[in-house]
Amino acid sequence: MSNLAIQKKSVAYRKKILTYIKKAKAGHTGGSLSCIDILNVLYNEVMNVSPDNFHDPDRDRYIQSKGHSVEALFVVLADKGFFPESDLETLCQYQSHYVGHPTRKVNGVEQNTGALGHGLPICAGVALAGKMDKKDYKVYTLLGDGELAEGSNWEAAMVAAHYKLDNLTAIVDRNTLQITDRTRNVCNSEPLAEKFQAFGWAVKEVDGHNFGELKDTFLSAPFEKGKPNLVIANTTKGKGISFMEDVLKWHHGVPSDEEFEQCMQELEQFTNTFETVQ
Amino acid sequence: MNLGIPNLVAFAETLEALAENDHKIVAVTSDSRGSGKLVAFVKKYPDQIVEVGIAEQNLVGMATGLASTGKKVFAVSPSCFLTARSLEQIKNDVCYSDNPVNLIGISAGVSYGALGTTHHSLHDLAVLRAINNLNIIVPADNFETRNAIKLAANLEEPVFIRFGKRAMYDLHSESSKFELGKGIKIKNGKDVAFIATGETVYPALQAAELLEKEGIGCRVISMHSIKPFDEVLLLETAQNCGAIITVEEHSVNGGLGELCAGLLMQQGIALPFKIVGIPDEYTATGSQLEIFQHYGISPEGLFKMGKEIVKK
Ligand SMILES: Cc1ncc(C[n+]2csc(CCOP(=O)(O)OP(=O)(O)O)c2C)c(N)n1
Ligand SMILES: [Mg+2]
Repeated sequence: MSNLAIQKKSVAYRKKILTYIKKAKAGHTGGSLSCIDILNVLYNEVMNVSPDNFHDPDRDRYIQSKGHSVEALFVVLADKGFFPESDLETLCQYQSHYVGHPTRKVNGVEQNTGALGHGLPICAGVALAGKMDKKDYKVYTLLGDGELAEGSNWEAAMVAAHYKLDNLTAIVDRNTLQITDRTRNVCNSEPLAEKFQAFGWAVKEVDGHNFGELKDTFLSAPFEKGKPNLVIANTTKGKGISFMEDVLKWHHGVPSDEEFEQCMQELEQFTNTFETVQ
Repeated sequence: MNLGIPNLVAFAETLEALAENDHKIVAVTSDSRGSGKLVAFVKKYPDQIVEVGIAEQNLVGMATGLASTGKKVFAVSPSCFLTARSLEQIKNDVCYSDNPVNLIGISAGVSYGALGTTHHSLHDLAVLRAINNLNIIVPADNFETRNAIKLAANLEEPVFIRFGKRAMYDLHSESSKFELGKGIKIKNGKDVAFIATGETVYPALQAAELLEKEGIGCRVISMHSIKPFDEVLLLETAQNCGAIITVEEHSVNGGLGELCAGLLMQQGIALPFKIVGIPDEYTATGSQLEIFQHYGISPEGLFKMGKEIVKK
């Protein structure tokens, strides 16, 4: 896909994320906007997964450990054709399968998540099965930087290195914020790269909003043969909306009518800059 | 009937008031101070809060350590995570080792309705009932919540208290009596008794009022204390009422209903009896009230069940 096409998708996804959060009057806005570029690149440029091969045992797997950013996942899955986008009109409504976290009732979702600290252990299992069965599929998970306080992540980090799961790539959406405060003020997880290296992982740090860098990094895995891969993606929570960027309250803030209008205008301007760049 | 505040807020206000005169009070949170309405508490008593990050097992472990030195510890986290993720810490560190930690399960039951099953706690009463040395309290309104928190602060025993985040109607006057292990009779009648707990007491009371208009007398009990349990009141109710309907914001497996059924059976008492709660299935999606409605935990739903059970 051309860089322009990817950029346009990233703007369109942001509009949809905000539209459905607004409609549902609920959602995890900041974290969906910080990880959407990562999902865009994974689903459109890196992973071998689509509605056609979703039941193929050889498909690549993505399990979203930071399940609260479900809106980002849902808009990408809709765009990939896993379900009609209009389904998202029912987000969080009575009797809708589209609840506020990923569930397997929704086509394209690999595993139910939402309680933090589950994605990495599950992915280590899927990756190990791939090794046992001599399959080539790759396994990806997305973690929040605050989420890393859950001990289960470190148990999985240890076992993934032990089993040399170089088919596993964990991505940390390092937006440096969680609910209460900056992650470093809540329970500091830094230095992150050194911690994972010490656990036996190969680590790369990227700009989590740079499509080219993300793509090249994902495609260069395994970074070191026999080691699980960690991508530290430096991101901005609320990325793309001036008044949401790096602002704590947008973790699960829902825009007012006026704010929503401003979001759409800002994203419109964004799209226009792409046209002229071309 | 007066609409009060969310029990969550009543909890936070009570803890704040307690902390003012008692420096031993410590709140422990896992990125949950906002959800626990403790932001004002933190501002006023910055030395009486411990933040552990998103790590509920560590939350209960740390709370245990703090409590073991004589601090009056309130570990505050969504009930779904607190009672699932940290279950072994609750069982071994708090209960088995007998450390007086107060476990505060916020946004319990299906309070986080639309967030899905990961965020529901429909198992907490069942699993915690099976653990020795734990008081379990499910307050229905602000009065019960305030009293439960005050009681827990000075009990020197492990306590679990769970409640939701929607504003609750006041069911009692301030002169009512709140005692651990004693249910509170809110209404008296002979045909059907609703024995309810937590946020389901109010719809039970509304159903009772509808039934009374049709000449069906109802007793309504707020059974806030799940452990220790008011067996005396249960047996007296079974003797003096024609039927019992239990109501809870919990799985029908292992909660209040089965607790009552087991006690009655062992006394050889049989009467028309129905357990209302969340059935053992993929839980309906929607808000807390939509889920309640779906499963008949509503004035109309419970009214219908009341009418049916008296026919028997
Ligand atoms: C086990 C568990 N504990 C607590 C929560 C509640 N929760 C949801 S999001 C969140 C903050 C996440 O912060 P971070 O991991 O940094 O994610 P991001 O900034 O990308 O949104 C918390 C505490 C949860 N979903 N699961
Ligand atoms: Mg974060």
